[in-house]
Amino acid sequence: MNTILFIIQKEFIQVFRNRMMLPIIFVVPLVQLIILVHAATYEMKNIKVSIIDLDISSTSRQMISKFEGSPFFIIKNTSFSEKEAQQEMKKGNVDMILHIPYGFERRLVKENAAKVQIVINAINGASAGLINAYSTMIILDFNREILIDFLSPAMLTATHNINVTSSYWYNPKLNYKTYMVPGILCLLVTIIAFLLSGMNIVREKEIGTIEQINVTPIRKVQFIAGKLLPFWIIALFELAFGLTLGKILFNIPIIGSLWLIFLSAAVYIFVILGFGLLISTMTNTQQQSMLVSFFFMMIFILMSGLFTSIESMPEWAQRLDRINPIAYFIRIMRMVMLKGSDFHDIRESFYSLVVYAVGIIGFAVWRYRKVT
Amino acid sequence: MDSMVENIITVKNLVKKFGHFVANDHLNFEVRKGEIFGFLGANGAGKTTAIRILCGLSYPTSGEVKVGGLDIYSQRNDIKRNIGYMSQKFSLYDDLTVYENIRFYAGIYGLSRKEISTKSAMLMKKLGLEDAKDKLIKDVPLGWKQKLAFSVAIIHDPKIVFLDEPTGGVDPITRRQFWNLIFEAAKDGITVFVTTHYMDEAEYCDRVTIMVDGKIAALDTPSALKKTYSASNMNDVFLKLARVKTVA
Repeated sequence: MNTILFIIQKEFIQVFRNRMMLPIIFVVPLVQLIILVHAATYEMKNIKVSIIDLDISSTSRQMISKFEGSPFFIIKNTSFSEKEAQQEMKKGNVDMILHIPYGFERRLVKENAAKVQIVINAINGASAGLINAYSTMIILDFNREILIDFLSPAMLTATHNINVTSSYWYNPKLNYKTYMVPGILCLLVTIIAFLLSGMNIVREKEIGTIEQINVTPIRKVQFIAGKLLPFWIIALFELAFGLTLGKILFNIPIIGSLWLIFLSAAVYIFVILGFGLLISTMTNTQQQSMLVSFFFMMIFILMSGLFTSIESMPEWAQRLDRINPIAYFIRIMRMVMLKGSDFHDIRESFYSLVVYAVGIIGFAVWRYRKVT
Repeated sequence: MDSMVENIITVKNLVKKFGHFVANDHLNFEVRKGEIFGFLGANGAGKTTAIRILCGLSYPTSGEVKVGGLDIYSQRNDIKRNIGYMSQKFSLYDDLTVYENIRFYAGIYGLSRKEISTKSAMLMKKLGLEDAKDKLIKDVPLGWKQKLAFSVAIIHDPKIVFLDEPTGGVDPITRRQFWNLIFEAAKDGITVFVTTHYMDEAEYCDRVTIMVDGKIAALDTPSALKKTYSASNMNDVFLKLARVKTVA
């Protein structure tokens, strides 16, 4: 036990003597939270529209003003030439073209129906879907107004209308910041723990001090415990710091128990440290370790459900995600922070993490060789 | 051999292969308790390989090795309690101070806090490092680092200390001072196993082994070797042995 304390003491001295370390611990979370939370949003604002109005009627103007009035759209240019509008889209100046054909109003009055064309830049499929949904909503709204204008109110009430109103649970204002913060915090803790542990033992290999430790009677378990505990403490501290920042800066809700958050984090961080350690034992230089760590981290982060929903991934990818520790932790964090889930609700993810932690640290200890 | 002499290391038919390359080719030797045993050879002769096996850092391919009466295969951890090791690569932490290095290594050898503070005070006084106690290792001159590394390697009073080219890259005066530390340790009863390619250092040893291409070419006291090979110094002995090898 005493031996472990000497290692912990030494690791802490080394971490804090490193001039880069304190900024990394305190500035990185601040910057990540502020930049990522604001930048990584699913909301679309300022959709740039090019308008081709060949009708130039009061009805077509009415429709255009609907788009103008929406917070989502900005009218970038108007023209009478389809070619010109397409050019603009090619250049990337507009995201959408609204094409109102000649005879729009007349047809609407005479035939009770008229068509408009919407062309959307769908390079980013997700945002194209959103643009489509927003503009459909505006056109539907416009449609209703037209009906009131054209038809008698009596007829309007005679037609059966189904009104759908929705309310959003757990995030009633659809605030994306609320949704992003727990995930960003997960990333933060992950990156700190992964890099610190991944670089650590391999650094001792590089400078040769590992030999000096391997020649002592210290047991593998003691050595590794002494190596991991300091980073475990730092990562937990980092989470506390990040949660505090999230509360102050974004007033994020923490509906569930803080204890549950930290209990899950405590287990989760061991998984990540185990991963880093395993990489550390398998590589010979810090550079190798860094590259391998990034490889795993990229895959884990992109498949973690932070930016895209896991449920919409193909079946095989969802199955693959069972070995993604970040996915478990993000799920737990969102459930506890936003929904107020209790232990019973998250137990499956939690136990998965426990099994994971024991497995990976066990493997790393076994893999670490005092003798070659 | 004199039956009164106690052997602290016995090596029989030690072989270490890396793929097809034979680094240690059937080594046979004994190290006597309390002696300064020199392990000489050119770069790549297999000295470091052998010393790493004796320290329990590397598995032999075959052969029988006993260190301090303990078997290298089955009693590895007991051996580690009884030995000290200083490698040619620096084993002190650059970003820790002199005192922190001593405390760390003493700590993982299981010394108590009280022992550590008395030992480190004694050690720094002996080395004249009292003023440098809180200096980072990276700011300490190489010669001092080596002396400190040696002292740290024997901080737990081992029976044997293994030194792998401990004096690389320092001036003759510092080397001489370093050897004074070795003599002192030997006087305290620590057996010293030292590899070097400085032939003048070979003269300081009680007995020396000369390795050429993974094999032991000669093993005796420096004076006996000089007589056998009718040479005036160890350098000539070494050159003669190495030349025989190249001709063959």
